Amino acid sequence: MKEAIRTDVLIVGAGPVGLFAVFELGLLDLKCHLIDILDRPGGQCTELYPEKPIYDIPAWPVISGQELVDRLMEQIRPFEPQFTFNRMVAGLERLPEGGFRATTDEGEVFEAKVVVIAAGGGSFQPKRPPIPGIEAYEGKSVFYAVRRMEDFRGEDLLIVGGGDSALDWTLNLQPLAHRLTLVHRRAEFRAAPDSVNRMLALKEAGKLDFRIGQVKALEGEDGILRGAVVKGPEGDFEVACTRLLPFFGLTMKLGPIADWGLNLDENLIPVDTERFETSQPGIFAIGDINHYPGKLKLILSGFHEAALMAQAAKRIVHPHEKVVFQYTTSSTSLQRKLGVTR
Amino acid sequence: MTKLTYIAPDGATFEVEAEDGSTVMENAVRHGVPGIEAECGGACACATCHVYVDEEWMDAVGQPEAMEEDMLDFAYDVRPNSRLSCQIRVREDLDGLVVRVPERQG
Repeated sequence: MKEAIRTDVLIVGAGPVGLFAVFELGLLDLKCHLIDILDRPGGQCTELYPEKPIYDIPAWPVISGQELVDRLMEQIRPFEPQFTFNRMVAGLERLPEGGFRATTDEGEVFEAKVVVIAAGGGSFQPKRPPIPGIEAYEGKSVFYAVRRMEDFRGEDLLIVGGGDSALDWTLNLQPLAHRLTLVHRRAEFRAAPDSVNRMLALKEAGKLDFRIGQVKALEGEDGILRGAVVKGPEGDFEVACTRLLPFFGLTMKLGPIADWGLNLDENLIPVDTERFETSQPGIFAIGDINHYPGKLKLILSGFHEAALMAQAAKRIVHPHEKVVFQYTTSSTSLQRKLGVTR
Repeated sequence: MTKLTYIAPDGATFEVEAEDGSTVMENAVRHGVPGIEAECGGACACATCHVYVDEEWMDAVGQPEAMEEDMLDFAYDVRPNSRLSCQIRVREDLDGLVVRVPERQG
């Protein structure tokens, strides 16, 4: 087991609400470490709608998803939050001496006095294409990500999709593959035009195949893939392949949170509205993932929840300290923490 | 008000009176039409409000814009009459519109 990273508060999810929690906890002298499955902060704001305008952030008549995240990162910088990206919190257990131990899907271990779940709609996972029986091939012949390119050397590859992931991996794996076929639903691509042009040049040179269609069935047994049936504009055709790489974007799944012993209501975590604590003392849930009477899934509601949660978390981490309510406009001690006064 | 009809994969029909200017997705969610997930809330960012426009209505509804066409790549069993319902705005001349909900969303 790797050595544990210790922090006051472990925040699961680095979306806008998780980020703002760093601010509210920071004002109360609590240090935070955030873990997110994406490779950067922002959650849905940066993954789903970085350029889309948001109109209901107080004092911002209009702000884009990316700009909101950039501003939050600037706002929490004085508190020096630590981030671990590309990781999912897989396990969470209560320690006998108090606090919690969290383990990521890659085996890193974190120990924290308080855990805050700010996981929004759940963790982003690759979308499984709707091909009957595909589950049986996953991990053997079907992969949603490329961890080691060497694993694909000499294989007959079928790559499906029209975005940057599909095109980038087509270009990167083509030299290694025995044969590579790219299948996409139409002749237009979302991917960068340069990648598309390079792919088309390889097709012209006879170094790969590009076919229009949608995969509808797989052939093989015991997880060993032999081929795929593709529905094309002029009828079905077969592509011989030993590996399939579908790139259909990301979807949100609750994931391992369901196994942490929390009461759940559908895929949401019920909390009280004073502390935003779950059924497990010391584990809080804020933002889109929680539920209480009157809940609104708005970013601004998540900000409010973060502020109240921080008060409750403070009492757990520093039980003997008296919490004095202060305003950032007038309190020199808060301003010192923010680095705006000496 | 404009009448919309949603047909679920099991054949169940849902008729709703929709306000002009609202989207076909919004009306589905408001009236609890099953199978319209709208994960992203209408930002044309997820392809989970996919519908098939009834053949007779295809011309009136029109074709998707490039951004929607890109997003449809993520949908399940895309056909020539596929649209994302968050991108269809209700208007007077769509009175009587019929859309079918696919078996699954992505």
